[in-house]
Amino acid sequence: MEPKEYQDLEKQVTPPIPYLKNALKAFFVGGIICTIGHAVTYFYIIFFDFTEKTVGNPTVSTMIFFSMLLTGFGLYKKLGQYAAAGSAVPVTGFGNAVISAAIEHRTEGVVLGIGGNIFKLAGTVILFGVASAFFVALIKLILVSIGVVQW
Amino acid sequence: MVIVFQSKPSILASSAVAGPLEKKSVFYSYFDSVVEDERWNEKTNEQGHAKMILEASNIVMKKANIENLDVDYFLSGDLVNQMTPSNFAARELAISFIGLFSACATSVSSVIIASLLTELGASQYAIAGAASQHNAIERQFRYPNYYGGPKPATSQWTVTAAGYALVGKHNPEYPSIVAATVGKVVDYGDVNPMHMGGAMAPAAFDTITAHLKKRNQKFQDYDLIMTGDLGKIGLKILKAMLAQTGVKPEELQLLRDAGAEFYGEDEAFLAGASGAGCSASVYFSYIIQQLKTGRFKRVLLCATGALLSPLSFQQGESIPCTAHAIEMTME
Repeated sequence: MEPKEYQDLEKQVTPPIPYLKNALKAFFVGGIICTIGHAVTYFYIIFFDFTEKTVGNPTVSTMIFFSMLLTGFGLYKKLGQYAAAGSAVPVTGFGNAVISAAIEHRTEGVVLGIGGNIFKLAGTVILFGVASAFFVALIKLILVSIGVVQW
Repeated sequence: MVIVFQSKPSILASSAVAGPLEKKSVFYSYFDSVVEDERWNEKTNEQGHAKMILEASNIVMKKANIENLDVDYFLSGDLVNQMTPSNFAARELAISFIGLFSACATSVSSVIIASLLTELGASQYAIAGAASQHNAIERQFRYPNYYGGPKPATSQWTVTAAGYALVGKHNPEYPSIVAATVGKVVDYGDVNPMHMGGAMAPAAFDTITAHLKKRNQKFQDYDLIMTGDLGKIGLKILKAMLAQTGVKPEELQLLRDAGAEFYGEDEAFLAGASGAGCSASVYFSYIIQQLKTGRFKRVLLCATGALLSPLSFQQGESIPCTAHAIEMTME
């Protein structure tokens, strides 16, 4: 059998990826996570002295704290298997990537194990997040300078 | 390459131990021991892995009523880098040791080497087998265990289990190894490490058809042909490949897969079980016991292995696979 022939056969037998179902699950679970995040935002604005501009940081910290608990009890993994991008894209997914790596490498020590591996998965997000933020800001600066938009 | 063993070495004892999740296995009742702690009460997954191998080897010796000093060779492999669990277990056992890596096909490749050593007269008793520990393997090949990355329906669950067999001189009261096929490395260009069954099926096809052809046998000559860990989808692909070459549907019923059956129909395990301990724990518990009771007279055990590393697939290499087979009979 030729490789091409085999790959056709393999494709025929392998069940197709249910893209629509996955997208719907991701949409609803991701939506629920973000709704919880919004509730936390209102909680800080109503009960504490935060404004819409300053509430971002405590909200993100709280969401990551929730994510840490769920990761430690092995529940975020189960959520991820169900929701995929729905639980990976919000900030809780970023927290899960950092925390799971830290737990995993605890056995290799605090410095080389946790320190050296904590950003193993999240490092990509940080690198490309920072780089793309720089370029987006640069584009906006140019647009503002030539008077197309305002800050 | 088909080897015919004139002296027909026998499997004089065998053992299978497994982790807590493996209680869900349909083969659970055949296992010798199941621990409650995935790490075998050790500090790290890797230490637990080594202890599991040690325990399985000790059970084999206990069953045969022999001690470490009586055993000539210890042949073992696993999936951790440099096979440290096998190496560390060998340190405790203090038996002449050869570490073997055929990925998940090590369960069979180790028995082939043990049979050759026995046939040569170099070994009175040799312990052969393989093991895998879920957490230790997952963290190495995929993501951290608590990471919430989804797995597709084609991916398989690495088992925590070990299976070991004591290979010795022919004894008609025990199952005997009459022939073996050392598989080639087959690569049809599959690149998806989350679809190992698809990558490995051609290797199983190659080895099974080569064995039957060289031995001048048909499917019906066997009571069972069992592959290692193709999983549910991989097994379907293999059956489709065989069907194309004219193997009849009733013949294909003789073909089973340890990985596809391991966790039954539980969908949480996706396409089924995998790992070096998967085929080892099923072959060296269920299959041996079925041979002993006479339910099976002749079986072909064909364990498959995907010879990739996390580095190789990140560098865009396809997944080379192999399959080794042993033909066992019970008089």
